[in-house]
Amino acid sequence: MNTPAVKTAAGYIAGLLFGLGLAISGMTDPARGLGFLDIAGVWDPTLMFVLGAAVGTTFVGYRLVFARGTPLFSTKFQLPTKQELDAKLLGGAALFGVGWGLSGYCPGPAIASIGGLTLPLLALLAAMVLGWFIAQRIAR
Amino acid sequence: MDWIASLHGLVGGVLIGLSAVWLMGALGRIAGISGIIGGLITQRPKGDSAWRVAFLAGLISGPLLVMAVSGGLGNVAGVPGAVIGEPAGGVPLMLLAGLLVGVGTGLGSGCTSGPGGCGLARLAPRSMAATAMFLVTAMATVYVVRHVIGGGV
Repeated sequence: MNTPAVKTAAGYIAGLLFGLGLAISGMTDPARGLGFLDIAGVWDPTLMFVLGAAVGTTFVGYRLVFARGTPLFSTKFQLPTKQELDAKLLGGAALFGVGWGLSGYCPGPAIASIGGLTLPLLALLAAMVLGWFIAQRIAR
Repeated sequence: MDWIASLHGLVGGVLIGLSAVWLMGALGRIAGISGIIGGLITQRPKGDSAWRVAFLAGLISGPLLVMAVSGGLGNVAGVPGAVIGEPAGGVPLMLLAGLLVGVGTGLGSGCTSGPGGCGLARLAPRSMAATAMFLVTAMATVYVVRHVIGGGV
């Protein structure tokens, strides 16, 4: 069952579920993210429900999955092993937060919104990819 | 409070959670968007790219499917049933924001889905710290843009 085709199909199903979740929850609207972040304005709690439901589902689901010992179509679970809090982690998270606060876009919703592509969104996506390459250079 | 919007949020959040659980259960991977797709674009890992391309295709086709079935399943603020919202600014602002999102998620081990979703579910200390950090700077940025500079974006 560990054939490339099965793995590819599994990847597609994961992406599709993620995309459906973003679309139905309204996270493909930057105004939802910004409304959640605007705690001094008319606060929009939608993102809190999204993150809460996602974390809750994952919390329970991961335990069931890990109890099986190995993934269905792969040899092992690949989890982050680092423990220490370093400047790269916190500095990166801080920069990401500023970008998210300016645009209302996280990478997921931005990519999932390609079906309704606008020039500003295209600019954001292009700059994000450039940023990924720059980060790779810095981290090296 | 808008209960319909919140209900949409809960349903969508469960789907996102199921995506993360499925990806871990099937392929043993964290459902972090910047890791999966950023890794695909910047590293093109040999033998580890096909599922990432498929994930990307699924991620884009999800909202398209919701639009195709119509029936008002989307949850755009102020436009009931719409699926994809308008950007909150023009090209220059989005270039700056995109650069920050790219460099930040590239350096900081991920975005809202990785540390925010999967990391919190694993009770991982690094993920909790990263999530707290990006929430604080994002809220501070929105505060400055909307309430200090004013005018609204």
